[in-house]
Amino acid sequence: MSVSILNASGCLDALAAPHVARTLDAFVTKTITPEPREGNPVPRIAETEHGMLNSIGLQGPGIDAFCEHNLPALLALGVPIWVSVGGFSASDYASICARLEDHPAVETLELNLSCPNVEEAPEAAAEIVAACRAASRKRLFAKLSPATPDIAESARAVAAAGADGLSLVNTIRGLALDPVTLRPTLARRVGGYSGPALRPIALACVYAAASAVDLPIVGMGGIASGEHALAMVAAGADVVALGTVLFGDPSALNRIRVELEASARACGLENAAAAHDVALS
Amino acid sequence: MAAARRERLTVAGRETVGPYTIVRLERGGLDPGDPGQFFMVEAPGRVLPRPFSLCLAPPGELAFLLDPIGPGTRAICALERGDRVHVLGPLGNGYDLDVAQPLLVGGGIGIAPLPYLSERLGRPPALLGFRDATFAEAAALVPNAEVVLEPTYVTEVLPAEPGDVLACGPEPMLEAVARRVPGAQLAWEAPMACGYGACYGCVVEIDGHMRRLCVDGPVLRAGPAGAVEAMT
Repeated sequence: MSVSILNASGCLDALAAPHVARTLDAFVTKTITPEPREGNPVPRIAETEHGMLNSIGLQGPGIDAFCEHNLPALLALGVPIWVSVGGFSASDYASICARLEDHPAVETLELNLSCPNVEEAPEAAAEIVAACRAASRKRLFAKLSPATPDIAESARAVAAAGADGLSLVNTIRGLALDPVTLRPTLARRVGGYSGPALRPIALACVYAAASAVDLPIVGMGGIASGEHALAMVAAGADVVALGTVLFGDPSALNRIRVELEASARACGLENAAAAHDVALS
Repeated sequence: MAAARRERLTVAGRETVGPYTIVRLERGGLDPGDPGQFFMVEAPGRVLPRPFSLCLAPPGELAFLLDPIGPGTRAICALERGDRVHVLGPLGNGYDLDVAQPLLVGGGIGIAPLPYLSERLGRPPALLGFRDATFAEAAALVPNAEVVLEPTYVTEVLPAEPGDVLACGPEPMLEAVARRVPGAQLAWEAPMACGYGACYGCVVEIDGHMRRLCVDGPVLRAGPAGAVEAMT
């Protein structure tokens, strides 16, 4: 059995790069909000030595235009679709979940409970999950921040509220300063940090959550090779997702898929799925 | 338009031109594309590649003009003949070459796409602006160029009837050209993580909305009142 590989939300536009999207086991959309959003001012990205910061700010068409224009085009790709759901209140999230209820081709709703680049909803993650659970029978994955003080406790809370799975992790808030002006590089000052430096942090979150709850986990954060993906599976991920690596290498998915199985065999395992939870035993 | 490909290309050589560096890569299976299109070039040791428009397309090669000002551009400028780097492209749109009376306008490192553009348009006149004489050494790459140095700006010496302006340069220069010459073609620049529409880092206000330069540009058209529009 092979381990499924997805993209991390916001790290691929399936309509701009359909040939990349078709190599995925499922495509995760950029976060959809109730209203259209122009996103944050520029500069929005900054590279650092071991990762990158982004401050996109959930730019997107809003749920109406998404359902009318984007979703039909996405469905035509023939890849299972996960919709990333965002908002600024529990009712925002629930309204989007309700809108997508009648789209059978939307396989999973991933609740983005952790965007570091916009104002957060006042409700706790579990309250938002509960509101979405009441609005939808679809599979709900809760995407959590690595900056959560106790990820195991958060995992238990969203599980109790009705989440069917966890997406771990989102980016972590970071700051870059211009080396000459010593002012923040990003217009919104702080941004979400991703890439190689996030990987051990993500691994720790997946490990802690997998120890705490019996839910499927999408593990992501700095995966750039099959070896990295295998480690994420061993730490408790059932599925892995690629983010920053796709920016520099749109073909990373095929490479990592091959490397993942090779890495598993190099560890004496029959396949990559056999590595699941090995680190927890 | 040629499809973008990603390949690991071999460095054929590099030369310095004033403070700038030309990095030449063996072309492999990559198409040079149209002038104004760009390529994402791997920056060794860095997390993200860097976008560069094609400067010259010598037979079998792709040549890029770089200003080594940051860790990524310095890493690429330090590449030695025989080193290999991943390159993705050509990406974005190019200039519309169906122009009756072309005038190329460039500023600083923004002259990068003009040598290839000049070659494809049959060496039309060009107007180039630089900070000082050292930077202006790069003007030798563009045939039939008139050069001005700061404090004179290219927009101050644009002819009253400039014809079909095809420009590339710093944002203030492009904005000034857009105000002076509605309809001018402007190759814009923005930091990019991916170059193929994935990251939403490179947005510019186009047609009144924040749109991705890598998808809707990088060549834009000057609209009314200095606004910029997508070419199509």
